[in-house]
Amino acid sequence: MSVTTLPSRGMALRQPGWIARLLDYKPFLIVMCLAPAIGLLTVFLTYPLGLGVWLAFTDTTIGQRGIFIGLENFQYLLKDPLWWNAVFYSVFYTGVATIGKFALGFWLALLLNNHFPLKSLLRAIVLLPWIVPTVLSALAFWWIYDPQFSIISYLLVDVLHIRSTNIDFLGTPWPARFSLIAANIWRGIPFVAISLLAGLQTISPSLYEAAMLDGASAWQRFRYITFPMMMPILAIVMTFSIIFTFTDFQLVYAITRGGPVNSTHLLATLAFQRGIAGGELGEGAAIAVSMIPFLVFATLFSYFGLARRKWQQGEAND
Amino acid sequence: MAWDSRARRVMMIYLPLACFVLILLFPFYWMAITSFKPNAELLNYKEHNPFWISSPTLAHIKHLLFNTAYPTWLKTTMFVAIGSTFLSLFASTLAAYAIERLRFRGSPYVGLGIYLAYLVPPSILFIPLATVIVQFGLFDSPMALILVYPTFLVPFCTWLLIGYFKSIPYELEECALVDGATRLQILRRITLPLAVPGLISAGIFSFTLSWNEFIYALAFIQSGANKTVPVAILTELVTGDVYQWGALMAGSLLGSLPVALFYSLFVDYYVSSLTGAVKE
Repeated sequence: MSVTTLPSRGMALRQPGWIARLLDYKPFLIVMCLAPAIGLLTVFLTYPLGLGVWLAFTDTTIGQRGIFIGLENFQYLLKDPLWWNAVFYSVFYTGVATIGKFALGFWLALLLNNHFPLKSLLRAIVLLPWIVPTVLSALAFWWIYDPQFSIISYLLVDVLHIRSTNIDFLGTPWPARFSLIAANIWRGIPFVAISLLAGLQTISPSLYEAAMLDGASAWQRFRYITFPMMMPILAIVMTFSIIFTFTDFQLVYAITRGGPVNSTHLLATLAFQRGIAGGELGEGAAIAVSMIPFLVFATLFSYFGLARRKWQQGEAND
Repeated sequence: MAWDSRARRVMMIYLPLACFVLILLFPFYWMAITSFKPNAELLNYKEHNPFWISSPTLAHIKHLLFNTAYPTWLKTTMFVAIGSTFLSLFASTLAAYAIERLRFRGSPYVGLGIYLAYLVPPSILFIPLATVIVQFGLFDSPMALILVYPTFLVPFCTWLLIGYFKSIPYELEECALVDGATRLQILRRITLPLAVPGLISAGIFSFTLSWNEFIYALAFIQSGANKTVPVAILTELVTGDVYQWGALMAGSLLGSLPVALFYSLFVDYYVSSLTGAVKE
């Protein structure tokens, strides 16, 4: 393969230099193309992930190299009521928020799948809570949940006269827990709705026509066509949603910082408090690492739990 | 049929939709209205209707722009978001091209590996990453964020762009190859121009995600001037027990606007690429 037989069209094609020829050598080109992405991910993702696991077995603090202490961090965590509390709230937060997001998001997706004027404008509006930085909308929720000037309390007390006192949204444990979950659901609905809407649009209308001819009711059509057809997408979107809800940080940090009396700490906020703010890097890393088993379990559960249905119905696996 | 179908449609579709829109938009309305309310109205629901402003004021925004470092924070955030977006687009375009077009043994696995990186949440990584950043001497520098954000931007963009490259007919590249073009020429002159819509949507995703990012910016940046908007508002504007709700909400509103504007310009790309990504 010589480079001298260039097309003689009179076009001034320059003899490619050695760099150009090297770049045309496929294995070299592949390595060059992958290098930036793989390099970045290795240095700032894979290596820290390994380092995090290592740190979890050391007593490192900020400014001081730690030594290997085996499972001591984890033994300490198992005796720490705050860690158990964070585990409980992380699971509770993820469970309730996921159910809320998917129920409401699926409903919204079904609504948006109808034909009506200004459809694309509405879709754009609906996505807003997901676009706007979480912390900034969290601040708006903080203000909405203000003990004295909450607009919700105002509505309930002064307009509707349902209650006689303001709700202390963030000052007492259970209301604070639910307030955060409500904010998380609010933020999660758009993503779920738009993703499921995409799934709804891939379902062939002929299926519905056939069912209509057979006299299926709207509920039957949903139950036997829409729902099973949506399973694969539900599995993927729910896996994503569970991972990111379980490891959520910003919303809780912005609104309650884990309070009142540590009742709303998620594992991520507890890890931050101990690891960065408290300087106990080893212990913080151990808390972060303790999220991994939950994540693996939740992923397997949501992914295989939902995806299994697919082959039960005899669809091809892809 | 008991209901006339029009009434039924209103009850089953328009009414719930209206409720959704109302609830999804209310916090923004509340944010906006608080930003322009004078303090007297802000804290007095008895004499003023809280849902409206009787005498709007720009005082909060003025305070934010002239008495705080808000403009600096905006600049830093913009710098970080643009920097990490370009870095991620560069890395993921090349990676996606290699995986989808240069085809080598194991290329699907490399693609899967990069994609799996997206599932590693930042809350697990920020503690060890903080020590890495300190080792590199990048602590408290916006450069640290530009280098770290691609860890969650590259997997997504690569995934998106692989899908895009797939949609470009391979024959076009083969023709160019037969005509004697080098592979880099093919990438630059043929594949990339055709992939522009994909690059735009990957760019929008990256920009909004970097603008949103919080935990890394909170953990790696210490000095006030280098903070990004979300972190700075929470750590610098929230002082003591008396919250300046007007200024806080004005800050949130101004911090949301660039993303909202940027996004509204390209909303069609955004929605279609999101739906496209899900369909994959």
